[in-house]
Parts: sequence; C-alpha cells; structure tokens
Amino acid sequence: MASLPHLQSLEAESIHILREVMAEFERPVMLYSVGKDSSVMVRLAQKAFYPGPIPFPLLHVDTTYKFQEMIEFRDNFAKQIGARLIVHTNTEAIANGANPYRLGTEKCCALLKTQALLDALREGGFDAAFGGARRDEEKSRAKERIYSFRDRFGQWDPKNQRPELWNLYNSRINKGETIRVFPLSNWTEMDVWQYIQEENIPVVPMYFAKERSVVVRGNSLVSLEHNATLRPGEQPELVMSRMRSLGCSHCTGAIRSEADTLPKIIDELITFRRSERENRVIDHDREGSMELKKREGYF
Amino acid sequence: MDLLRFSTAGSVDDGKSTLIGRLLFDTKGAYEDQLASIRKNGKIDLSLLTDGLRAEREQGITIDVAYRYFATPRRKFIIADTPGHEQYTRNMATGASTADLTIVLIDARKGVLPQSRRHAYIASLLGTPRVAVAINKMDLVDFSQDIYNSIEREFSEFSQELGFREVRYFPISALDGDNVVAPSARTPWFDGGSLLQYLETAPGLAEADRKPFRMPVQYVIRPTLDFRGYAGQIASGTVRPGDKLLILPSGRTTTVKSLASFDGDLKEAFAPMSVTLTIADEIDISRGDMLVSPIQPPHVAHRLETALVWMDEQPLRLGRPYLIKHTTSQIRASVVAIQYRIDINTLEHVPSSELRLNEIAVVTLETQRPLLFDRYCSNRNTGAFILIDPVSNATVAAGMIRGVEGEHNRPLRVSDEERRLRHGHKPAIVNVPREGELAYELERALFDRGVQVAIADQQDQARILQNAGLVALLRTDGAYVQRSIDEIFRSLEADHTIPDESFTSGEGI
Repeated sequence: MASLPHLQSLEAESIHILREVMAEFERPVMLYSVGKDSSVMVRLAQKAFYPGPIPFPLLHVDTTYKFQEMIEFRDNFAKQIGARLIVHTNTEAIANGANPYRLGTEKCCALLKTQALLDALREGGFDAAFGGARRDEEKSRAKERIYSFRDRFGQWDPKNQRPELWNLYNSRINKGETIRVFPLSNWTEMDVWQYIQEENIPVVPMYFAKERSVVVRGNSLVSLEHNATLRPGEQPELVMSRMRSLGCSHCTGAIRSEADTLPKIIDELITFRRSERENRVIDHDREGSMELKKREGYF
Repeated sequence: MDLLRFSTAGSVDDGKSTLIGRLLFDTKGAYEDQLASIRKNGKIDLSLLTDGLRAEREQGITIDVAYRYFATPRRKFIIADTPGHEQYTRNMATGASTADLTIVLIDARKGVLPQSRRHAYIASLLGTPRVAVAINKMDLVDFSQDIYNSIEREFSEFSQELGFREVRYFPISALDGDNVVAPSARTPWFDGGSLLQYLETAPGLAEADRKPFRMPVQYVIRPTLDFRGYAGQIASGTVRPGDKLLILPSGRTTTVKSLASFDGDLKEAFAPMSVTLTIADEIDISRGDMLVSPIQPPHVAHRLETALVWMDEQPLRLGRPYLIKHTTSQIRASVVAIQYRIDINTLEHVPSSELRLNEIAVVTLETQRPLLFDRYCSNRNTGAFILIDPVSNATVAAGMIRGVEGEHNRPLRVSDEERRLRHGHKPAIVNVPREGELAYELERALFDRGVQVAIADQQDQARILQNAGLVALLRTDGAYVQRSIDEIFRSLEADHTIPDESFTSGEGI
C-alpha cells in the first residue's frame, strides 16, 4: 500500500487538531495575522468543517502599523470566504502615543501586540485560540506543544508544559485559563509554500517580488510606510524585492528577490541559506527574545 | 515524497545534539544566520543549533522534547529530539510515541551503557518498530572495527527480546560527518551505507497498513438538515463508499454513503487521513463512538491490562478516579492493581505498591464504561491512552493497552468470530475451473495478500476448510463467472458471504 504524501499527512494532522479543539472547547477563535501561515490555517479550517462554514471567528490584532496591502487583503479575504472577522486594536495605548519610534520595538510590541491579544481573548471569552506558529521558525518554538497551556494571565511556563503523546491532547483547563493551539506546528516554511501552490491558496501580494521603494539599511530593506523617518544620508530607492514574512511595517524588512511566482519562491527557498524570521527586528531585541515574549503571553 | 518521524535518544554527552546539528547542517536544514549565532572562535559548534531554551542554555543540557525538521529530495523528516538525562523518561516516551524509528546513540569509547538500554526499552514499549544504533565518536577510537563489532554484539543480544522489527548499526562521527550523510572512506570495513541513506529508505508507519478499519468519531458536521457527516481521523485501514460499517458501542450496522471533502467526494480514504463520512441509514452517532470493520471489530471491555509510564510528580494513587482520554472519548478510570513495576535498567519485574514519576508498570485499569480498543502492539491509535488528573488537570500517565483482564475465562468452543479475528478475513468457498493453472495462480495471489487459502477437489474437503475459517478454492467442472482478484479479496473483507460463484479467467491476478 502506498504511503500518504507528506503534505497530506500534515494536512490530516492539522485537520484532526482543528476538529478536536472545536469538539472540546466552548469558544475557540482563530488568530488571523494575514500572513501566509494564516492563509493556510484558514484553508485547513474550511476543509475540516466542510460542507459547513468555519465554526469560529477569526481575530486580527491590528497594531495599526501593518502594511496597507495586508489590511486590504484581509478584508477581501474574510468577505470572500464568509468568515466572521474580529479586528482588535489597543486603542488606549495608541491614544496615549504608543508607537515604535517613541517606545522602541520591544515596548511597542508588548503594548500593541501582546497586551492587545490578551485583552481581545478576555473580552471575547475565548478559551482556545489557534495560532499559525510553526516549530521550525525559531529556537524557543521547537519545544512548543501543539496545545500550549497558558495560565490566568495568559503566560507560558516552558518548564511546566504538559507532556503530549500520540494525537491525544489534554484539553482540561480551569476557568480563566486558556490554551493556544498550533495546528501548523509540524509544517516548515517550505511545506507552507508547497501547500499554497498545490491548493491555490490566496496570499498577500507582498510575498511576490516587484520593484518597491525602500531604504537600504545595512542588510535590510526598510519600507517607508507609516511615516518612517529617514536617517541622515538615506535615500529611498527602487529595489526588486519581496517580503518573506509579514509583520508591522516598521519591524519587517524586505529581501532582494526576483521571485514573482509561486514556483520561483519555492526555488528560491531551496537555495536559501538565511532563516525566515531573520528580517524580524523583534526576534533579535536581545538574547532569547522570543522566549521572553512568549512567557509574557505573546504568540 | 513522504514523511518519516523519528526520535533520538542519547546520554548527556554522547553527541546527540551534534548528530542532529550535523543532519540539519548537511541537508541545509539550518540557515546561515542561525549558524552565525553558534560560531565560536571561528568554529561552528553544531550542538548549539538544537539547544533552545534559556534554562537549558544555562544548565548546558536539553530538558524537553524539541522538534526539528529537515528534508531531502526523497523524504521529509520530523525529529523528536529527546533529552538523555536519567530523570526524563517521560520525555523519551513522548518523543517515541509518534516515531516510526528511533536512533539510539552510543559513545564508542564507553560502549553500551544503562542509558542505551533504557532508551531502547522505552522505544520498544512505545512501539517504535525500527532502531538505528549510531555508534558515535568513532574518530576517537581510530575507527576500530573490533570496538564496533563488540558494541553491535552486546546491543543485539540485549535488544533481541525487545521485539523490534529491525535494528541497524552505523559507525559514525557526528563531529566529522563520517557515515552520517555519505558513507565514509575511514570505515572501509563497513558496507551498511550511511545513517541518512537508511532514514531515507526505512519503511514508515503509514505504509503497509493492512489493519482493519477503525475511525473514532471526532465531530458531527451538520450544516443543514440534509447533511450529516461524521468527521474523524482514520486510525487504521481503508474505507470506500459502499463498505459495510459496524457502529460501536451501539452495535448497529450501516453502509458508507460517501466520503465528503472540500475537494470533491473521495473514492477511497485510508489511515492517517482526516475524513468526513456520510452513511446510508439514520443512526444516532456521536463523538466517542467508533466506526469499524464489521468482520474485525475491536475489543470491548472495561477491565484492562495496560502498561503505564507515570509522568507526574504526584505518584499514582490506587483506586482514585482519573480521566482516561482514549481515541476521542474521555471517561473516568482508575487503577485497581499494580501487577508489577518494570526496572528499566534490568527489565526485571519488581513487585510494587506504588508508581512514581518516570516509573513504568503493568497495571489493571477499570473504566467507567467499556472501552473500544485494540491491543497497542497491533494498533497504536486505538491501543494508546493518557490519564489526566481531574483536579490538577495534569497529564499524569501514558498508557498502552496489552489486553483484557481475565481473558482466560473464554468459552470452550472456538467461535467463528475468533477464527475471523485470527485469520483477518471471512471463510469462503470459491469455485474455480478444474483444468489449467488458474487455481494455483489465484491461490498464490490471495496467499500473498495474507489470505489463509487452500485448494480442494471435493465439496466436503472445501467444507472442512471453510469450517476452519479458511478460503477454499474448489476445483469444479462447469460454467464460471469472471471475477477479479480484487473483487474476491474485497468480498472477504466486507461483511457478506461470497456466493458460490465461479471464476474463469486470470484477469486481475
């Protein structure tokens, strides 16, 4: 008997996880970040509950510093698939002047992402939240469970995680505690792109190369959205480039690339020798950065 | 390209992290910027690639299961990288639970240590079918064939009783890369290929699944009044529209109407696919029920003999109600007796009245309602469970079902049902032409598919074979209806008798 191709094995595992959460929790929600992983996760949810609709809302934590193209894509995509979309912003912090230029990226992230996320989960009364994080993205994520337990303050304790065996997930929580669920845990960046190609899944056009107006700053290409300030001597220039991962415009650099189609992106990945989150400023704030953020409640 | 999941186990400094670093590095599973952060004095320390959390960086040891990914043109790999330190049996069991294969690392200078035996034992307990023994640091013993041979001899003697399907040995140097990705010129006496070549070709669990159909119902999809789909991940076997199904625990039977999917109805589905089934009859089915092959149903019992790996700081309390999560059902269960504890260093059975963190025992478990299960050794998905503490909500134990307690109280006469379970199919008499080779061709084809089959020349011989639960090919004169081997095979699996039809041509054989 033939064995199942690897993308179908991953798909089967993810669908099992999505259904398991839906069956065992009262109010699941799916964190939707507009990126490629979210696109894949939404498609898996469509498949898991077909021919029914996706039985939970999508939640986007909008820092207001996302790229305009992401927001347009988000709104069209949600409408097209008929999903319920909740957009949450930490308006209080923004009213008090929170922005990456004034606070620095670390504090900005804590207020506009982590705090906003915890508030949104609490306000919605959600007891389980799907996230598109993958274990291959970053070192501290390699040890993340598929069901990641968070205490009443939304915090993660890497030393006190539940053992996870077979496909048997422990869904028991007390009131106020939550579970973050990562259905794409075992997918790699390559798997995600291959699946997007195989399934013809729509993604934000910023992933595809074209000439973009950017500032060349060291090894990164910085976008000029949201009134980013030029440093002395800097000049915007047109560079053939694309985004490899999407976040806030201030913190996400583009990469030089000619890959303007899915097959070219996949070819490019094969030759890549640099990791996907390298252009994400927030991962490099300090040693063990992502782990610290996760302990505080970041995804 | 398919998927192979393997786990690694090793002691604190036998070079496990370096080996994984080497596999990631040589297959481009690691990126330049990650490599830059592990470069020390111009030299790359491969072990730091897999060294994740702050706490373990501080202590210099791996403290939790970490998952790594890499791919070659032939396969995608998922590594469950498990710590080797003595107190972390629980993590090793976690890593082995989903593995198709385990790599046991042995330091060539130290030989087979108690840890190596422990790792192999836990892998066998968790049902990992294959083991690759990586004899590491061969560069430090001048690639000595004698040392390799003596380690191989010692390990194979010990592992014989563990019931692995295959154990393979590789003399390697993770640091220098010998026999990891490519065969090394420094071991001319070794012709077993490289470790990676083996990983690329070893059969995975998803292959050769000829087990009877099982699908625990996970979720009922009912978007409209006209559609009622039963969603779940197939635990074993294959299913097609038209197949007969037995629904447990109700015991009712029905037929598969369709396999609904986002990409259009499927003609066939098999483990481990996640599917949505619709059935021909209106029957009330809910989460926790199981859809199974009617001719090979699972066991149904509420008093079980199981192996337990205890994973919690709080020791097991006899008679206390825990929650058991088994397939998609979660009910109450308690351990009524510890039969014996297993000393994982000596594998001896030790009488015991308690079970503590990282200890393993065989126990008698009682569940509130009967469980629908197979023995773990014949079906991992329907034979595995976890125990949850209903107060702390912690996952306290992993369990592997060994059988029904009190199985010796069986009736005297062997039933047809028991014969079906033994042979894996229904008995039948199939008429075949007396002349020519066709009967033998058919016999060979069925035999190769695992059917217990024999040829008979007279009606009463055929009856005896049928009574014994076998398939009899009765050579007769007369008219025959052409049937393919697939049709015959499938009718043995499906729950209806093969009518005394005949067979004329070799087509499909």
